[in-house]
Amino acid sequence: MRVWITHHLHSLKIALGRLRASSAASLMSVLVIGVALSLPASLYVLLANAQRAAGNVSVQPEITAFLKLDVDDMAAEQMAQALAKRPDAGAVTFVHRDKGMDKLRKAGLGDVMAGLSSNPLPHAITLAPTGADPERIDRLAAELRQHENVEQVSLDANWSRRLAAILAFGRELVWLLAVSLGIALAAIIGNTIRLQIYAQREEIEVSRLIGATDRFIRRPFLYFGLLQGLVGGLAAWGMVSLLIALLDGSVARVALAYGTRFSLAGLAAQETLILLGLACVLGFTGAYLSVTRTLRHFN
Amino acid sequence: MIEFSEVTKRYPGGHEALANVSLTIAQGELVFLTGHSGAGKSTLLKLMAAIERPTSGQIIVNGQSLGRMKRAALPYFRRNIGLIFQDHKLLYDRSVFDNVLLPLHIQGLTGPDAAKRARAALDKVGLLGRERARPITLSGGEQQRLCIARAIVSRPALMLADEPTANLDDAYAREIMDTFLAFHQVGVTLVISTHDQNLIRRYGGRTLTLANGHLTEGAAESPAGRDAALLTP
Ligand SMILES: Nc1ncnc2c1ncn2[C@@H]1O[C@H](COP(=O)(O)OP(=O)(O)OP(=O)(O)O)[C@@H](O)[C@H]1O
Ligand SMILES: [Mg+2]
Repeated sequence: MRVWITHHLHSLKIALGRLRASSAASLMSVLVIGVALSLPASLYVLLANAQRAAGNVSVQPEITAFLKLDVDDMAAEQMAQALAKRPDAGAVTFVHRDKGMDKLRKAGLGDVMAGLSSNPLPHAITLAPTGADPERIDRLAAELRQHENVEQVSLDANWSRRLAAILAFGRELVWLLAVSLGIALAAIIGNTIRLQIYAQREEIEVSRLIGATDRFIRRPFLYFGLLQGLVGGLAAWGMVSLLIALLDGSVARVALAYGTRFSLAGLAAQETLILLGLACVLGFTGAYLSVTRTLRHFN
Repeated sequence: MIEFSEVTKRYPGGHEALANVSLTIAQGELVFLTGHSGAGKSTLLKLMAAIERPTSGQIIVNGQSLGRMKRAALPYFRRNIGLIFQDHKLLYDRSVFDNVLLPLHIQGLTGPDAAKRARAALDKVGLLGRERARPITLSGGEQQRLCIARAIVSRPALMLADEPTANLDDAYAREIMDTFLAFHQVGVTLVISTHDQNLIRRYGGRTLTLANGHLTEGAAESPAGRDAALLTP
């Protein structure tokens, strides 16, 4: 156990030394790792913010059923009450045709209405189905359309659906980017490790001659990869934070112009840990593959 | 300790460096290996340390058959051997002290214990004052002695030295041989290759002579054979 610990501490020390010794080359690859990791991470953060913004504007879809003109108050209200009992209907509001008129007047369309002798508006029932399962909402709307009292149904879920689709696409893009850049990163780290191994060729040969195991030889390189990944991850975190800080001002100004307040959120502590963890795993994997392959060539 | 039976080594390219060599070296023996340049001395030592594999024949060192040894067992086998290379194989990017520490680190020994042993080894070869120096700043003889310090630091039972006194003047050569002799006296088995006939004459151990890859003299330990060798001019 003690031997095991001293072995690992020793390897870590060697890896740190090498990282310091090859600072220029290491800095370059750390930057490359940082940029590559910050791409999916930034996209992820921006998406999370977009989702939060969309949440503020209420993505709740709304169904409005306009009833036929000959449906009287009583029947309309009964229908609204019946609908309210359905579990999938959500909040049901009955809008009496007079109230509809009021709304129009308040909206500044009173002048248009002034010329009309009677109220041309139908009764309306609005439903705000909870749970944004689009299929269920569609089914509900279709059912309403079939109803004998209903003249027309309007479904204003379209834009929210589009937004949801865009966000879903964005999330897929994050994964795609993360996976492809992750592979590229493992390759980049593997390559720097390969160069390291060639630079240490003599040392490896001598060490083997005097009884070093493959594990002993491999360990400092694995630590080197891990450290490079970690520093790259920190660089990515810095870049994402910088991006958020730069964008936040203008986003807040835009939001203010629309009369709301909105401030961009950066990576949460947990997300930062995941980012750093992934960076370490990538560094380690790249190093492991590279060391295993390159050392095999040495024999 | 070491047993070769009908060992042949052919390098890639077809050159036969050793042909049908059989020999035995007992534990605690001091054996000189001699022969012209290119006779196969280095090759023989490399086979003993399992640095090269024989083309045919069997080699047993320390009771282990090298032909059947698994790759994973090789490092542990090597740790029992002190190797002194013809071309030193020192690491020039680290200090004299760190060069001697390397075998100990490989065996998982660090800290004050390791430092103490490294210093003791450097003391034995008279390099204690040069701990912090880079090997490149040492003279040829000093580098040779550093190589010995690295070989003895892990206290091996078998030492294989390839031309440890080459390029050294007589005084230095004698100093190094005295160091080896001290190890011989505490029971270490030693195989030393050398061109230097004076050295062999002075120390008078058993001598193996190679010529064009053939063992021409000293295959088995026999006092009669040794006497005969001493008598030939
Ligand atoms: N790695 C190798 N590949 C091919 N041929 C080799 C190799 N190593 C040695 N040889 C050949 O094998 C023969 C024996 O070489 P070896 O190094 O054992 O000789 P030596 O007795 O140690 O010579 P010297 O006194 O010059 O060190 C030489 O002819 C050499 O050219
Ligand atoms: Mg030689």
